[in-house]
Amino acid sequence: MSRKREETLKNSKPSETMSNEIKARSVPVKMIPIFVMGRRYEVPETLTIMKAMEYAGFQFIRGCGCRGGICGACPTVYRKAGDYKLYTGLACQTVVEPNMYLTQIPFYPANRSVYNFANLEPDHEEIFKLYPELFRCVACNACTKVCPMDVEVMDMVSALKQGNITRAADLSFSCIQCGLCASRCMGELPQYHIAQLARRVYGSKIAPRAGHLNEAVEAIKEGKYEEYLRNLVNIGDEELRKLYQEREMEPEMAGEDWVPAKAK
Amino acid sequence: MPYPPELKDLIKAVEKTRPERVARKKRGEEFPSMSLQEREEILRYHPDYREEGRRALAVGPNKGYRVAHEFADILEARSRVDPDVVDLSAVDIETDILIIGGGGAGTAAALLADEHGAKVVMATKLRHGDANTMMAEGGIQAATKIEKDSPYDHYLDAMGGGHFKCSPELVYTLVTQAPDVIQWLENLGVMFSKFPDGRLQSIHGGGTSRKRMHYCGDITGTEIMRTIRDEARNRENIMVIEYAPAVELILNEHGHCAGALLYNLETEEYFIVKARATILAAGGCGRLHVQGFMTTNHYGATADGLVLGYRAGVEVCLLHTVQYHPTGVVFPEQAEGILITEKFRGAGANVLNIEGNQFINEREPRDVESAACIRECLVRGLGVPTPTGRLGVWLDSPMIDILSGEGTVTREFPGKFILFKRYGIDISREPMLVYPTLHYQNGGLKINSACETSVPGLFACGEVTGGIHGENRLMGNSLLDVMVFGRIAGENAAAYAKESARDGRLTLDHVTAYHEELDSAGIKTGRVAPVLLPDYTDPQVRKRQLTSHYIGTLR
Repeated sequence: MSRKREETLKNSKPSETMSNEIKARSVPVKMIPIFVMGRRYEVPETLTIMKAMEYAGFQFIRGCGCRGGICGACPTVYRKAGDYKLYTGLACQTVVEPNMYLTQIPFYPANRSVYNFANLEPDHEEIFKLYPELFRCVACNACTKVCPMDVEVMDMVSALKQGNITRAADLSFSCIQCGLCASRCMGELPQYHIAQLARRVYGSKIAPRAGHLNEAVEAIKEGKYEEYLRNLVNIGDEELRKLYQEREMEPEMAGEDWVPAKAK
Repeated sequence: MPYPPELKDLIKAVEKTRPERVARKKRGEEFPSMSLQEREEILRYHPDYREEGRRALAVGPNKGYRVAHEFADILEARSRVDPDVVDLSAVDIETDILIIGGGGAGTAAALLADEHGAKVVMATKLRHGDANTMMAEGGIQAATKIEKDSPYDHYLDAMGGGHFKCSPELVYTLVTQAPDVIQWLENLGVMFSKFPDGRLQSIHGGGTSRKRMHYCGDITGTEIMRTIRDEARNRENIMVIEYAPAVELILNEHGHCAGALLYNLETEEYFIVKARATILAAGGCGRLHVQGFMTTNHYGATADGLVLGYRAGVEVCLLHTVQYHPTGVVFPEQAEGILITEKFRGAGANVLNIEGNQFINEREPRDVESAACIRECLVRGLGVPTPTGRLGVWLDSPMIDILSGEGTVTREFPGKFILFKRYGIDISREPMLVYPTLHYQNGGLKINSACETSVPGLFACGEVTGGIHGENRLMGNSLLDVMVFGRIAGENAAAYAKESARDGRLTLDHVTAYHEELDSAGIKTGRVAPVLLPDYTDPQVRKRQLTSHYIGTLR
């Protein structure tokens, strides 16, 4: 262990000895002004919009979710001083810039159709019926420009209009349903709800189904593993450990056709 | 924030050892796996094994049980309300089933309860779907390829990963229901990654003996969560109330659970929901930052469900262990704590120290892997320092493209690729810097395989429960857990509501009794639980927040 490391460990509080912080932040942090809904706050320049707002004293109720860029709770619209252009980003992912004017749009009142999914046919006409506003798209591409996940939103809409559910599902796979597309749409489309429907139809009714799933479900139902499993549930700790240690491992680089020497 | 020159220099060590490591991988040579004895040895470096980090609970059904201070703090805390001022005769909503929590487990429960004819109210602290389920990336385990795999193998893997401390009945249920759950999800339209003929793709996870991890790109949890949420929105008999955390369970004169007290986060009003059965699916604890660790968890993961259940008399189990995921982002700091799925290691990326050398097999169970990373950084002094004064180890993602072809990283890990691209780091060319991050609450409320707790009428499922994963959960078993046990809870709660529920006078006497127990244990505290929302206010700002009395909705 390095000397420095040893000292750090010795001097740190007990609760921190396993955390990876090795030194207190002694480097002075540069503060920059940002404007949250028009009001000025000074925040450290390294923070994301979300952490900067928290630093300033906001405690989020809305506009904060996974904090990892995947849940769509924190879409944010901002402008920079002297620049007419509107920018968008997720508050948990976007780093603050000096003189950024921002507001969050944590909710957008987009239309969502209700449907009986089990009875839905994998036919684009069904989607047209549920979302006739699809055809109000004027192909302005504002949705794609605003998307924080780089989804080709307008292409997704076009694909659907052409009846290509598969392509729409594929194009929209990274959608986090933040609603920014709907907020900018001239045709008042709820793109993210439409895309959700397309993905479900594709996943359930168009993509080839996994045949082996049914085999597994049936084998379990028929009780194929019952005796072995019951034995495992009831044997002693030592025997269980032994079986665990003796497991045959599927090699990392094995192909789909690999089978174990002894299958249970 | 791209890598600064200091880190770019250090990356050279990784690049230098890479060709040889890739060649070894291609030859099928792996870094040796540890024996059970070696695992026990290295686990000394795991935070769970630090006695200073915990204390014995002073009150409640597990009095004397040693858990992390952060858990003890919320369990040894007072209610948000004075139980005497709540008028329990004025019921605001009556329903068959109240589900507390709108994540994966709660939503699966809602769907099944609805299918079994129950009227459901689902109360969720944030938005429907704001939960750790949404953030699960790597996949969901199930033995679906029976020519090489079986529930038997899955059982052994889960048991061993959990240090043989899992509840056998719960694991039995988990592994035998798994394929059925995958089929259910496929039916609902979840877009699993498949081969052209429909066969599910599957890979290894840490501690698995078969490649049984099914996935949807690198956003498996998101795909599952958004799909079942969409389905719930189609169901007339599922009413979702957002921004309405439960702050206490309500019992009745027979000692049965009879609903909960909800809190409107925005108007700060309290509401009484009376239910014939209640399902607690309130999720995990990452935002408590146990032992000072950063976390991968959702903003709402403050272990509220533990507090509610414990006060109502439900025992906790296995809460002395918390899972630290070995690979959380340490650089750039903006992305701190964010999970880098185990799938990267499953796809061939090595974990390396500052010298570019491997120090552990990449497929050890998570606790062993984490302990090894901690030892490398804190004990052996071979961690990689970041510009903001942290330590980490390398995760060599560029190996994946070399092993499986150009473009594999962008195709298989689109979410993480975009995340790092925003900061100017191309993870198909440059490695990632990672450190263990608080990831999962292994333990929790005690349940049986029917999701019943010791309180009649109270069911629990998902991360709030304990026993399924023993002392350490394997990758891909939590998405499975929330789906399997969510469905079971929903079905059984519906049956209970129909057949067994007994009406009676509502009471919060258990809260009063809990307060008395705190008093007689000599715990004088201003702490209030459930925590509901974490507080990240700057200490300087906190000093200026001087309001000493609450008036109306002014906090």
